[in-house]
Amino acid sequence: MKYALFLGCKIPYYVPYYEKATRVMAARAGIELVDIEFNCCGYPMKHLDLVSALASAARNLALAEQEGLNLMTPCKCCFGSFKAAIHHLESSPELRSAVAAELAKEGLYYKGEAQVDHLSTALDKLYPGGKLQEAALKPFYNLEVAVLHGCHAMRPSSVTGFDDPLNPTLYKRLLGGIGVKVTDWPGQLECCGGPLMDKNPELSARFADQRLAEAETSGAAFMMVGCTYTQMQMTAALERQPEANLGGSIVLPQLFGLAIGCAPLELGLSDEPGDNNGVDLKRLLKFMEKPPEPVKKKKPKAKAKKKAAA
Amino acid sequence: MFFNVSLTIALIICVAGIIQRVLRWHQAELGSGPEMALGERIAASADGFFRGFFSHRMGAILGALVMDVLLQRRIYQVDKRRWLAHMLIDWGFTLLLVMHALDKFITLPLFPDYAATANPFLFLRNLFGLMVMVGVCLAMYRRFFEPKIKLTTTRMDVYAIALMVVIMLSGFILEGMKFISESKFDEMIEMYYDGDDEELPGVKKIWAEKYGVVFAEAIGEVDEEVMEAGLEQHETACLPCHAAPQSAFISQFFADLFRPAAIGISEDRTYDLFWYIHWLACFIALAYLPFSKMFHLITSPLVMMIRAGTEQDGVTEAVKPTKQALEMEACTHCGTCTEHCSVGQYYARHPNLTILPSEKLAAAKELALQGGLYTSQLKTLQEGAAICTRCYRCTTLCPVGIDLQEMWASLDKGLAGEGFPALTESIARAADAAAEESRAAEAIIPGGNGKSGLGLSTETSSFAHCYSCQTCTNSCPVVASFDDPKAELDLLPHQIMQLLGLGHQTEPQGSGMVWNCLTCYHCQEACPQGVKVADVLYELRNMSARAAGMSGGES
Repeated sequence: MKYALFLGCKIPYYVPYYEKATRVMAARAGIELVDIEFNCCGYPMKHLDLVSALASAARNLALAEQEGLNLMTPCKCCFGSFKAAIHHLESSPELRSAVAAELAKEGLYYKGEAQVDHLSTALDKLYPGGKLQEAALKPFYNLEVAVLHGCHAMRPSSVTGFDDPLNPTLYKRLLGGIGVKVTDWPGQLECCGGPLMDKNPELSARFADQRLAEAETSGAAFMMVGCTYTQMQMTAALERQPEANLGGSIVLPQLFGLAIGCAPLELGLSDEPGDNNGVDLKRLLKFMEKPPEPVKKKKPKAKAKKKAAA
Repeated sequence: MFFNVSLTIALIICVAGIIQRVLRWHQAELGSGPEMALGERIAASADGFFRGFFSHRMGAILGALVMDVLLQRRIYQVDKRRWLAHMLIDWGFTLLLVMHALDKFITLPLFPDYAATANPFLFLRNLFGLMVMVGVCLAMYRRFFEPKIKLTTTRMDVYAIALMVVIMLSGFILEGMKFISESKFDEMIEMYYDGDDEELPGVKKIWAEKYGVVFAEAIGEVDEEVMEAGLEQHETACLPCHAAPQSAFISQFFADLFRPAAIGISEDRTYDLFWYIHWLACFIALAYLPFSKMFHLITSPLVMMIRAGTEQDGVTEAVKPTKQALEMEACTHCGTCTEHCSVGQYYARHPNLTILPSEKLAAAKELALQGGLYTSQLKTLQEGAAICTRCYRCTTLCPVGIDLQEMWASLDKGLAGEGFPALTESIARAADAAAEESRAAEAIIPGGNGKSGLGLSTETSSFAHCYSCQTCTNSCPVVASFDDPKAELDLLPHQIMQLLGLGHQTEPQGSGMVWNCLTCYHCQEACPQGVKVADVLYELRNMSARAAGMSGGES
């Protein structure tokens, strides 16, 4: 499996451990990542000028095409932006020619061959069926996480094709394979508030806080996130509510990486204050210890009871 | 006399310029810093310097001095060809300055038998000059031919290159002309020759044949005796200070080039003209230094060392505006940030130079250091600044080590202070005003500001299937987050769809709903009739942006 890695604009500065974890986990999983100097995915520009946004997305796709590669991004907003761009370019000849004209200024051409995966859909393709259990060298036990699925990957579902928009199964499948239970909670399909981060910070924070409060009551020990913006929003919310009964917000490649045998430190997880993303590593690692099996002891008792009854 | 006067004037301008610059760093401000007097800010800088330098970071700072300043590691990491060009110019120029311009003060004390025309100095001067010329040619190619860099080329860049070319070329031409001029030869004979006049033809013959001096009158046959005496004179009077000109390989090229005109050059003493040009250009460069991009040879090392010293802990709020002012002046306008900018591609469609980080910094510098900007320029800068996604790439790559990420945050504050807040805020306000106006006309005029993007909003057919079930509004988390959503958002999603279905586009653009949309796509996913509600809201924002004067964008 080989992809051009599309980090997006926010990861390098705001969530650097997301990049670190993605690279380490991918290497361990056998996904080869190629670095190309991409530009913005186009998503922020979509508010101002759709054609510019599409041209920006198409430019990245064209660059990947030149290398004969598909894109893989850990960011759901980038993912959604690419999916929407591919959809618009396929369905509107007018937009296609407007975008082609933009790219032609640089001598680029988007053929429509490069496809886009999110980190999670790439993993889902890499480990079909029971393959995942084999790969999970160090599975988790009794760990429940609250997954925030992410708007721009989920919807519009006809465009993104990411998961079932009302009853998502991707993470249940993916995390189930490494022994992690994905809880059902009220806010799981809702918005983290990320898109209003700069435009209306107060309203934006309100959404993040609400998600955190909902996740807290879901009984999950951690939040699990697969989007740059969502992670920025959730870590900010956790900073605002340090008393929240959650072990932190963990990004997909950190959780997945641990299960396939990466060391916590190389995934950007450590207990050094200031060096982590607020994840309670000790609490997390406890879920990797195999619990004593009470099953065997119970069975003879049941038999004994049956015997007694007989 | 003239030489000394102009040198003194150049030095005074240079020193005064440097003082003025340093004072300006301590007065400038980009964004809202703490209110501080000039004295306090200078004290804060001095304090920051001593605390920073004499700390555990001293090793890192000295490391930066060697690796980043002397060896220019940061340029090497960005582009090896540019590193070569810069090293050639930098080291060539420095060595010429030390060995040639300041020869009386540095080279002579170090090498007591130094003479400008003796080897290895004669050869080295040409070698160093060649280094600079090769570097300048590489720099010129990049500056004038690489598309993105060409785009950002300003007069400052051209002046810097032109000055360097003039200094170098005039030096080589001056030397080449002196090699071939009889009048220069006569001058030297006057000063250093103490033999008989009868022996002079021998010396002349040697200089004509081996040194390439062109004499107006043919020397003709010289008998052996005179030749021998001449050689002896040559060896005692000339040779100790004069290596053959061939080792000055570039000047020799010019000597050969001008040889046909040698007699005229000798009579007119044309080389004197080039002597004037040569050192006048040097003095102009010296005086212009603090005001030119060349000033980076002082400011850039400072910034690199400050970055090394403060990378972990940052600087205090009291020092930050000063540090940023210094950084703005340390920018060499090399264009690295612009070449790698994540949003630079938008320039092609939105011809606003301040989208490009190097130009945005230049505009910020004008705002903070050079007396401000006009309203139209501020508006342009607001747009350019808004398009930045803070991807950090410019900050990682900047060869000078300017903390651009921090600079952009300060610029946003500075723009807000000038009455130019976040771009979408301005656009939303303008859209609101337009809606107000259409309402005041007491008749909502159907139609808005034209087709945009998908063209959904302008086609009433987009909404033909809407049966006003309000599912969009009921699924909207923004609507749900307010106790009285109508008061907060003016119009609710289903109302916007209905208005658009009736052909009204101006009115909805002014509503809070459009500008507080999360783009979560719940509405669009939930609509039983397939109305692309979220895409329509995007489109309305696009229309407002265009109406508010967003550059480019015509489809």
